[in-house]
Amino acid sequence: MLASGRTVSSRLLRPTAWLPLRLSSERTAASFPQKELIKKHEQDEPRPLYMDFQATTPMDPRVLDAMLPYQVNYYGNPHSRTHAYGWESESAMENARKQVADLIGADPREIIFTSGATESNNMAIKGVARFYKAKKHHVITTQTEHKCVLDSCRILESEGFDVTYLPVQNNGLLDLELLEASIRTDTSLVSVMTVNNEIGVKQPIKEIGQICRSKGVFFHTDAAQAVGKIPISISDWKIDLMSISGHKIYGPKGVGALYVRRRPRVRLEPIQNGGGQERGLRSGTVPTPLAVGLGAACSIAQEEMEYDHQRVSMLATRLVQKVMSEIPDVIMNGDPEQRYPGCINLSFAYVEGESLLMALKDVALSSGSACTSASLEPSYVLRAIGADEDLAHSSIRFGIGRFTTEEEVDYTAEKCIEQVHRLREMSPLWEMSQEGIDLKSINWTQH
Amino acid sequence: MAAAARSQVMSLYRTMLRESAKFPSYNYRNYALRRVRDAFKANRNVEDPKAVERLMEEGWQTLALIQRQVSIGKMYEAQKTVVD
Repeated sequence: MLASGRTVSSRLLRPTAWLPLRLSSERTAASFPQKELIKKHEQDEPRPLYMDFQATTPMDPRVLDAMLPYQVNYYGNPHSRTHAYGWESESAMENARKQVADLIGADPREIIFTSGATESNNMAIKGVARFYKAKKHHVITTQTEHKCVLDSCRILESEGFDVTYLPVQNNGLLDLELLEASIRTDTSLVSVMTVNNEIGVKQPIKEIGQICRSKGVFFHTDAAQAVGKIPISISDWKIDLMSISGHKIYGPKGVGALYVRRRPRVRLEPIQNGGGQERGLRSGTVPTPLAVGLGAACSIAQEEMEYDHQRVSMLATRLVQKVMSEIPDVIMNGDPEQRYPGCINLSFAYVEGESLLMALKDVALSSGSACTSASLEPSYVLRAIGADEDLAHSSIRFGIGRFTTEEEVDYTAEKCIEQVHRLREMSPLWEMSQEGIDLKSINWTQH
Repeated sequence: MAAAARSQVMSLYRTMLRESAKFPSYNYRNYALRRVRDAFKANRNVEDPKAVERLMEEGWQTLALIQRQVSIGKMYEAQKTVVD
């Protein structure tokens, strides 16, 4: 395999299989690319920039590297007790469990692997409510939660539970006094997400945890957008259940985890029954490669958290300052201080959100969350924070992540400014507002 | 021998940058180059020979990882992004 010419000096020889040479196999592999993946019409067009890190994130190369051995050779079922394939797979799975636990300050026995944050949310909400239903019939959540939380609560309502959907203030934050007043003696669970996926707002989780603990109510938080990005401590914040998603922290899609507190013990009625894996709470073979990927992603996130946070904050400030200094009438949705910097939701007045997205076809963006992007209605999160109907239609979510470069941010800002100006030129509403007419005072007539 | 000499560290640094520049993906390539640079910069004042040895070992492991991932990137290459 040694290519011609180059000598390998002894100090470069390492047991880690680093090869200071050109692999002849490299050329062979690259000459048979997977043609099916490159669709005909896309072959000449450059790919758009990815600025939608809340929808999903690319896998970190270090995560892929950790997963591949378990996809290729170490393919054993981690629950096989009788042979080496099972043992090595189980050992990898337990190592991954420890990595996830370390990131949030938990014990490895408190981590349950699931298929993603949606399953974790379903398990937590339905599981806890149903287990304690003999004495407790009330669940509290907020209006800005992820669809899976709201939908699980809807199912609970149809089973006879009472659910309170707390409103949020105009900055997206929950009113703590309102929460405290809403807790009843028969409340079993409060569910509030840590960082919102549409507007990036960070809820006062520590205070909420304090309130719930003092009232003896279990506290669940959907931390899919927060884990690995901001420091989380389940003991400091008094969290009883937490949902984690793999593909939001540069890990693989199809895996997540649920943290379930053991002291004091939180009991759940499992949704998925079977062979009793994962403490009986989630039966089914744990997908070792995915679990290893999640573990690797968590461990990398722990190391890189500060570096990434500094960088993302810098890029976010750069983007927002650039855009807001060149275009008037832009509003950032959500509290400016209590937020995760990498999720920026801007409303451009007098411009239609969908047409701006179409105009920015070189940049992969979204208006609102991926799960609701199919519907024509403006996002319920924006409605919950009291955004004007027309501003809710004009909002775009910019996502910045570990791999975003300054060049990408500058390109996005420039394109955005250019397109907003162009669309506003064409907008009669913009013309009218420039002339000083108050749009709210107009009596629109039917023709 | 004793803790790695400056020349060895520089050699590792240059090699890592050279290999990182081979990533076909714009985002991975820029991240690797930037991260390697920042990591070496952050550790430039480490004195303890054991720590230096450990960091060098980590560096070699990461270099092997970069090479593997570059190969994979080349096998499943997609078109360049707009700013590439």
